[in-house]
This record gives sequence, structure tokens and C-alpha cells, in this order.
Amino acid sequence: MTEHGAQLAGSGIFSGLSAEELELVSAAARPVWFGAGERLFLEGTPARGCWLIQDGCVALDLLVPGRGQVVVQTLGYGDVLGWSWLLPPYQWHFGAVALRPTTATELDTDLLRTLADQDPRFGYTLTLSLFQACVQRLQATRARLLDLYRSPNDRR
Amino acid sequence: MTGAESTSLLAEPMLPVPYLVAGRAAETHDCVTLRLEPARDSLPPFQPGQFTMLAVPGVGEVAISISGDPAAQDGTLTHTIRAVGAVSTALHNASVGTPLGVRGPFGTTWDLASATGRDLVIVAGGVGLAPLRPVMLGALADRGSYRRVCLIAGARTPAEFLFRSELAAWSRRPGIEVELTVDQPAADWDGQVGFVTEPLARLPVDPARTTAFLCGPEPMLRFAAQVLQRKGILAGDIRVSLERNMQCGIGLCGHCQFGPILVCRDGPVVSYALAGPLLTIREL
Repeated sequence: MTEHGAQLAGSGIFSGLSAEELELVSAAARPVWFGAGERLFLEGTPARGCWLIQDGCVALDLLVPGRGQVVVQTLGYGDVLGWSWLLPPYQWHFGAVALRPTTATELDTDLLRTLADQDPRFGYTLTLSLFQACVQRLQATRARLLDLYRSPNDRR
Repeated sequence: MTGAESTSLLAEPMLPVPYLVAGRAAETHDCVTLRLEPARDSLPPFQPGQFTMLAVPGVGEVAISISGDPAAQDGTLTHTIRAVGAVSTALHNASVGTPLGVRGPFGTTWDLASATGRDLVIVAGGVGLAPLRPVMLGALADRGSYRRVCLIAGARTPAEFLFRSELAAWSRRPGIEVELTVDQPAADWDGQVGFVTEPLARLPVDPARTTAFLCGPEPMLRFAAQVLQRKGILAGDIRVSLERNMQCGIGLCGHCQFGPILVCRDGPVVSYALAGPLLTIREL
């Protein structure tokens, strides 16, 4: 297995892929680095790329008139950034900016989509892997929606 | 120490001992930390995780976890209190010199000593950081006895973290991992945004050598315990602090019954192996 393949296998998110599938994904992977403050992408722009964060911190944000760029969530080690490339309209729904120096594995999503179209079984496994990350993100967001730390005196 | 053992240390567990407010520090808009000095005799030393019953004359009595340094041997007690009901609001508003009645210390402990040689993962949500502060202070005072010490604390907003200057100092200290995360960031917040389960899920752990200490709202306890269990940590290696309506503090009145246990006597700190199944029962 290549170095990238081994890295992806150990990432958790792609641990369900077979060695052969990991090689396909790793063929689309390259290491990248972002400086603090460097923007990965902007809300509303075409969605290309998916990043597996190795180190650092990336904020998901969006522009709120009167408030500027508002951070809705931060991602770090082991998190997957970017899945809008998988579904129409293939546009980023949020922006992403590195809050601290960040290293990541960037996946060529054009290539991944082509591979998935050619081999639906691979596409299904890849989608399940991303869906797992998506569900965990959704569950954490729902927990946050509960506003659990509020005082009982804070009536809504 | 079991609840029964701690109770046996007290000759008159129902008799409040007079204390005076000796120090008051605002933590957030609705939380203060009070340092209490004995007016005459002091109560027995406490262990991290225990609580006392604090009485405001003419108002009432409420159970409050001890948030002070377990190494302090001067008879003082430190409590961090959120103004919620009549008694806690009276405590919150108590100025220096105010006389209070104190009973305790009561209940089970975090039993930090039993985690010697292991990794400590401490997860606090909101005011749940207060009962875990003695764990942090105890672990830092005896840092060589533990492998990793990792604190993950969540708050609603950056301004609602308890012990902010202490958290900043711990963050700078080598050999301690501190992850702070907020539900709602302020404009000047450049830290993590997300629920405590998110940094917890990112944390690499050695499951066989990790002991976790959780305190916060019950759904947070469940969600955080689920993340830890997915990482392979056994329920018996996860300790949680429970909160119920504690009134007598010594297992007599039954107000704090939680299934088969009385939280004031058999808790507040219990193993998740015990608490986990109970926390999913609606009627409890």
C-alpha cells in the first residue's frame, strides 16, 4: 500500500474501504498546507476538492450581513472537509478558512466522481464513508441545537 | 470513599456548621465562585467530586459541588454557584462577610487515585466544569502520577466559560492538553466552534489505559460517553457526576432517588456502567 493509502486507511473515515479502493482514492490524493487565515473556498463558488485534515484547524463560515463572516463550526485532525462536490448543484454552501497552519490530504474530486461513475460499487462505498462523517456532524449539530448549557432561567 | 464512609466522618450530618463568605469572584453573568471560611470549627476535608449542602439563613438550603483545591488544608471551602433558584440566587448575591450554614462534605468522589498511571480524559460542559476543577487541580499537583491529562470543555459562548484565567494558564502549561469549544462564537473568538463531542471524537486515545471523567447536562453525558465507547473505552472506565434534587445529603429522605441509587449517598459520581442504562429511562 502506498503512503497515501496507508494514511487514508488510518484516518477512520476511509477505514471501511478495501485495499484496492484505498489505492483508487490515494491516486486522487495529494498533501497540501494552508497558512493561518488562508481561505480554502468561498460560499457559493463551484465545489471542487475534499480535504482530510491531518493537523490544524479549519473554520466553516458564511457571510451574515451586519456580522461579517460568522463561524458555524471548526474542524480538525481526522475530520473531512467538503462534500458539496458529491451532489448537485456542486457549489459550496459554506466557506472554509484555515484558523491555524493546517496540513491536509486533498482529494481530486473530479477524479473520484469519475471513478464512482465507472464503478458504482466503489461509488457506494465512498458515499457511505462520507455519509458516516456527515451523520456524525449532524448529530453534533443537533446536540448543539439543544442549547444544553443555557440556564433554566433563560426562557425562550 | 463511599458515601457511607464519608457520612460516618460527620458527627452531626444534619447540623449546619457556620461559615462566612471570605471571597467572591464573578465567573460569568450568572455564576460566582465563593470562598468560605469557618466561623469556628471546620468541616472534614473534602475529596474531588463531593458536595456540601449550603444554607442561606431564612432562604433555604441547596446542594453545591465543591470546586476548590483538594490540597487546601486551611479549612476553607470553595463553591462555584449559578443563580437559578431562590437559594442559589441568594448564594450568588452573597457578599463578603455573609454568614452561611454548611453541611458535608457528602457523596462519592471522582477517585482520582484509582486512575494512577492512566490517561485522564476530562470532559466538562457549561457549569459542569466546576465539580471537575478539583480533578484538574489534583492531577496537576501530582502530574507525574498520570500519563496524559486532557481537558475538553464546552460552553455556550466564550464569555460563559468558568475559570477563564485558569483555563488560559492550563492551556499554556506543558504536559496538559486543553481543548475549549463553544456553541456560539463571539466575534473575537478564534478557538473551536462545536459541541464537546467533536474535539472528543478527534482525540486519539489508548482505550485500555484511559479513565474519563464527565460532568455536564445529562444528554451531554450520554453523547460524550457514546463517543468514548466507540473509541473502545469501557463503561466502567467512564465516570459521570449526576445531579438530582438532593435535600438531606445522607440518604435518608429519598428525594434524590435515581432508580436503585440515592444520588446524595451513592453518587454524585458513579460509573457509567451504572448510570448509562438509567439515563435512558424516561421515568427516572
